[in-house]
Amino acid sequence: MNAAAINVAPLLFRYVLRVGDLSLVLGQRLGEWVGHAPALEEDLGLANVALDLIGQARLLLSYAGELEGRDRGEDELAFLREQGEYLNPTLVEQPNGDFGQTIVRQVLIDAYQLELYERLTNSADERLAAIAAKAVKETRYHLRYSSDWLVRLGDGTPQSRARVQSALERLWPYTLELFEEDDLDREMADSGIAPRLAEVQAAWSRRIDGALAEATLERPRDRPYAWFGKRGEHSEHLGYILAEMQYLQRAYPGARW
Amino acid sequence: MSVATRPIGEPASLDDVEVRAADALTAEARVAAAWRALASVEDPEIPALSLVDLGIVRFVKTQPDGALQVGLSPTYTGCPATEVIRQLVERALVEAGLGRFAVSRVLSPAWSSDWITPEGRRKLAAYGIVPPPDAVSARRLLQEVRPIACPRCNSVDTECISQFGSTPCKALHRCRECLEPFECFKCI
Repeated sequence: MNAAAINVAPLLFRYVLRVGDLSLVLGQRLGEWVGHAPALEEDLGLANVALDLIGQARLLLSYAGELEGRDRGEDELAFLREQGEYLNPTLVEQPNGDFGQTIVRQVLIDAYQLELYERLTNSADERLAAIAAKAVKETRYHLRYSSDWLVRLGDGTPQSRARVQSALERLWPYTLELFEEDDLDREMADSGIAPRLAEVQAAWSRRIDGALAEATLERPRDRPYAWFGKRGEHSEHLGYILAEMQYLQRAYPGARW
Repeated sequence: MSVATRPIGEPASLDDVEVRAADALTAEARVAAAWRALASVEDPEIPALSLVDLGIVRFVKTQPDGALQVGLSPTYTGCPATEVIRQLVERALVEAGLGRFAVSRVLSPAWSSDWITPEGRRKLAAYGIVPPPDAVSARRLLQEVRPIACPRCNSVDTECISQFGSTPCKALHRCRECLEPFECFKCI
């Protein structure tokens, strides 16, 4: 390892956590639908997406643990951190709401992950590039699933349309955070590890406009407010997710199957 | 990466016999024997296919110290079968008596449904699962490429019910002609 690589490791650790925590928290959220989805097919669909996300999180958190070099593996990072140490964007911790709201959140995030992972396949960091190359294939299916549903609901009955439009209004303000570039994002982009967020945003925006047009939905206006889950400042919802997710590992430390 | 050895508690004498037998084979013969052993391991979720048919065994080679090295790729990152597959591989190699070995995970390049062998595609179809309908092309993945024929009646009047089926690698379809549901291996 050369000197430059040593300097970048702590930053890369935080960046990989950012990418991984998004998948982890969203995967946990989607898991709440198991047994409750409107039809068996959607139960399977959402569970499959959740499973892929948890799989991605495992690869990313394992890598983060190696970068950190403090003997924390995927389990320690997933189950034994405090709320402020999670670096996922605030959007993914928002409650599932009705099926329509879950679908809207999913379209917004699937499109973001797709544009991000596609660019991360060219990352200067080989391991991150390999994980992204694997994840991008799965993410295409996630977006296909969620945008199919967005069209069915948006271009559906007045009731379904009203519900997804209102979910879109509710969740839209959280999307700004995805593209809010901070020092860490800049550092990663400068070292060729991550893409420029402005570039991801432009591509995301085109994709979302296309999906909304097909679903006959209106794009909400941007409001000048951004959340900062990705630097550890979360909404009140994350604590409840963690309480459920971490209970077992905290009550029975080191528990195994 | 973990290195698996023979199960603990096996009699030392048997162990010695195994090691001598493994030593007697040339590196090439051990690699070939390992491939044969792996070709007999069924996928735990689609038992019609072996791991070799599925294209997830990326390489078998010998290391300078003589140990075999086997590379496996996951089909999907979250596929729950991945760890079972690894255990099955370890067991098959132990039973084949090929000496020390290590099993590693290969992420890059990512596994593709294009790597299912022609034999694997034939077995899938015979089992009632439509093999991946097309070669993978990122450009076309966001839409359905061409109609998928029902594995029972061959009608192309079919519809996709869900992009996700009973396992991550399959989508759920239905035939409008014979009204039977069926699964289709996704292109990834």
